[in-house]
Amino acid sequence: MRTESIRERFGLAMLELGRRYPRVVVVTGDLMYPTQVHHFAQAYPDRFYDVGIAEQNMIGVAAGMATCGKIPFVCSYANFTALRACEQIRNDICYTNLNVKIAGLSSGLTYGVGGPTHQSYEDLATMRSMANMTVVVPADANAAEAAVFAAYEHDGPVFLRLGRGPEPVVYDRDASFTIGRACQLREGQDVSIIANGPMVYEALSAAEHLEKAGIDCRVYDMHTLKPLDLDSLRSAGLETNLIVTVEEHYIIGGLGSAVLEGLNELGVSTPVMRIGIPDLFPIIGPTNELRAHYGLCADNIVRNVKAALSSI
Amino acid sequence: MQNPGNKESLIRFIEQKAREIRIDIVKMTAKAGSGHPGGSLSAADIVATLYFGEVLRVKPDEPDWPDRDRFVLSKGHAAPVLYSALAGRGFFPADWLDTLRQLGSPLQGHPDCKKVPGVEVSTGSLGQGLSMAVGMALAGRLDQKDYNVWVLLGDGECQEGQIWEAAMAASHYKLDNLIAIVDHNGLQIDGRVRDVMSIDPIDDKFRAFGWHVFRVDGHRVDILLDVFQQALDIKGKPAVVVADTVKGKGVSFMEGEKDWHGKAPNPGQLEEALKQLQAV
Ligand SMILES: Cc1ncc(C[n+]2csc(CCOP(=O)(O)OP(=O)(O)O)c2C)c(N)n1
Ligand SMILES: [Mg+2]
Repeated sequence: MRTESIRERFGLAMLELGRRYPRVVVVTGDLMYPTQVHHFAQAYPDRFYDVGIAEQNMIGVAAGMATCGKIPFVCSYANFTALRACEQIRNDICYTNLNVKIAGLSSGLTYGVGGPTHQSYEDLATMRSMANMTVVVPADANAAEAAVFAAYEHDGPVFLRLGRGPEPVVYDRDASFTIGRACQLREGQDVSIIANGPMVYEALSAAEHLEKAGIDCRVYDMHTLKPLDLDSLRSAGLETNLIVTVEEHYIIGGLGSAVLEGLNELGVSTPVMRIGIPDLFPIIGPTNELRAHYGLCADNIVRNVKAALSSI
Repeated sequence: MQNPGNKESLIRFIEQKAREIRIDIVKMTAKAGSGHPGGSLSAADIVATLYFGEVLRVKPDEPDWPDRDRFVLSKGHAAPVLYSALAGRGFFPADWLDTLRQLGSPLQGHPDCKKVPGVEVSTGSLGQGLSMAVGMALAGRLDQKDYNVWVLLGDGECQEGQIWEAAMAASHYKLDNLIAIVDHNGLQIDGRVRDVMSIDPIDDKFRAFGWHVFRVDGHRVDILLDVFQQALDIKGKPAVVVADTVKGKGVSFMEGEKDWHGKAPNPGQLEEALKQLQAV
């Protein structure tokens, strides 16, 4: 298994974005190094703004620049954007439908040892609930890079949910990435596993294990949480007997919720099992230990799929 | 806690405790492999003076004692300095310190008041501690209690708008039972505070917000002891002690280096750090 750092690739992608497109500006809140946009800052100092530890101001400043034709990329942590500056994102960016991109790093349990103030499992629920917002959750470093460029191409607010350290590589560097279109990464007739972010890798590993047990799983990377790819969801629902969602987010309000809402809208009643962080403030620990603790790992997906299949 | 007889020996005692806290900080972060040594070390003399200089009235065997003084570590990433002081005062066993940042440990990268006796409120998201301290001070007045509320802020943290919302409230309510301390170490993650987003002139800002301002050397325990007493004597308004400090204080290669904000020493660096701290 090859891994690559999400934030390092993000930082390099931002540098390249700056080189290509002069309207791109970067705004951060004392997280230039942690989000790796120091590359951008060094290359384009006049298009780089570090407003200090002041997230609400950071969002407002980005919104103001967008009204004047700039394309701001706000680079910070998931919790300090989606939660700390939630209302500024809603009013200043989404309400006005401004062309601001928000990169929320260290999401989920990727800063697991920091504790709940630095973990982030409500960000998708808040960002997804806002009208005009597009929400993207890339699976690996290659997808993160592709998502940066896709976010630039997209006209309107985008929340880009990113991790932190090294994650397993799922995609080739030139894999295509289209906002709003899920990637089906594996064929299968029995079960559909729908995942996003780093859980895509776990879903693929689980599908391999399940194959050995004679269970045929397909895997979707639902990298765009909003707007949800209803066509893929319909296929999953109609062509397999069980849908399992896996996400590094609360079980409330994220991918599992979106899938249930989508199926309801489609009138498809395939059983759904949701795997995510339960309704509590998690303990701390290194990311992978913590993911395993809350069942965000291939082993637990396998266990749950077997259990669910035996009960339907 | 041992009770040193005169002021001179109290000062020596606090200095010794500050040394022990610094040793804990580098050991804990080295063992954890991550953490925030820089801003913990800069605050060691301040925290040692509060907890070992008979400034805070607390009961380690009764952490919820209703009349206790409250201490809020608003710059929650400096958790190691607080953990060491709390362990040193006997709020929890010292061997907890070895578990910093491990799976399931109560000692998180940022302090959790539901898990650690002596931690008043959970912090880590900067800019929020002063508001909670204002609430505690208001409640103390309402209940006619004579406890005081102390809160430690980072200088970068003072960029948060909420700090100034709270500062306005504290003076509006004339909270003379509230004392803020700014760990004025001049650095934040991305560089010097003055280069990233200047907070100068910080004294005048607090003064304009209605606070009594003290400015001191944050590594002189004797001066801190005096100024904390003077701050308690201020009536009719809140007081702030702007403490000039050096980030990473006590470990030569960490001093004044922004890169030691959030990085743990490796085994070789730990050995060197311990050599320096133990030699003092
Ligand atoms: C709201 C919020 N934004 C960003 C961060 C990330 N962060 C952690 S420490 C830090 C720098 C703090 O600088 P300062 O307040 O000066 O602390 P010190 O120098 O004493 O470590 C930042 C930006 C945070 N913890 N909370
Ligand atoms: Mg500082």
